[in-house]
Amino acid sequence: MPVYAIALLAAGTLGFRLAGPMINLPERLSTLLTVAAAVLLVALTVTAAFTEGHDFAGWARPAGVLVAGGLALRRAPFPVIVIAAAVTTAAIRAVMPGA
Amino acid sequence: MCAADAIVGMSFGAICVSGGLDWWVPVLMSLAVFAGGAQFAAVGVVLGGGGAVAAVVAGLVLNARLLPFGFAIADVLRGPWWQRLAGAHLLTDEGVAFVLQQEDPKARRSVYWLCGIALFTVWNVSVVAGAVAGQAIGDTGALGLDAMFPAVLLALVLPSLKDGTTRNAAVCGAVVAVAAAPFLPAGLPVLLSLLGLLPVARTLLRKETREEPRRETPAKTLEENNEKVS
Repeated sequence: MPVYAIALLAAGTLGFRLAGPMINLPERLSTLLTVAAAVLLVALTVTAAFTEGHDFAGWARPAGVLVAGGLALRRAPFPVIVIAAAVTTAAIRAVMPGA
Repeated sequence: MCAADAIVGMSFGAICVSGGLDWWVPVLMSLAVFAGGAQFAAVGVVLGGGGAVAAVVAGLVLNARLLPFGFAIADVLRGPWWQRLAGAHLLTDEGVAFVLQQEDPKARRSVYWLCGIALFTVWNVSVVAGAVAGQAIGDTGALGLDAMFPAVLLALVLPSLKDGTTRNAAVCGAVVAVAAAPFLPAGLPVLLSLLGLLPVARTLLRKETREEPRRETPAKTLEENNEKVS
């Protein structure tokens, strides 16, 4: 992550924050932006869970994420969710090396 | 809420460092960007092997939602330029949610600043703590730490998927991203997921023409946005 990328992201973000109070976006556009954020996060979740570069990441990682999803649906506390994902993945790798 | 953000912040610091980034990267990002979702998105693209441009675009798409948030609480963001600048930098989803619960103008202002300063402090301190802890970790694969990043994202995004429209768009987008992952350079598949927005945009556009058949400008804006997205 080069410094210029951080600077660009920071500048763009501050731009949005400063412009917000001055621009009354049509409600439909606001809706679209909210949905866009969710779409991007889900895509990032799924690609990070299943892929490593161009290849399949193995089953251990998506299994851990699946456990996390189940716990999140049951409203488990955040630390429990995240640690359960890591423990599940680590356990599967310990039992089945290469998974 | 501060406690929840502290844990997300620590995960952010630890995930960045254990993924191979220098310790100052998450720290500098948290100070300068101060938007958890966008920080995770940008770092996620980079850790997945994607380029800096894709990372910045992903982060900015996420933060575009701050535009309507800012308008919703425009009344508390008045004052001299330095106050407006600092106030704008402290704008977060959580802060807006708290302000919207208050009606009295004075209370709105004090809640905004209190919440903003508290979150800024907690977020940055916990990211540093996470980054320090992350450096102590040896074999991240054996500990399953690579599963933490998607787990954090899933926990963050899950509540917004209660809405059917959002869910459908997200599923379409995720399918596109995974299908594209073997063929495209890392980072692009995630951005391509925004194609999942097309049906939503079409529905919104149709609503527009039915409600206001004569006005064309907002529809055009949507259309343009649509093209940028695709």
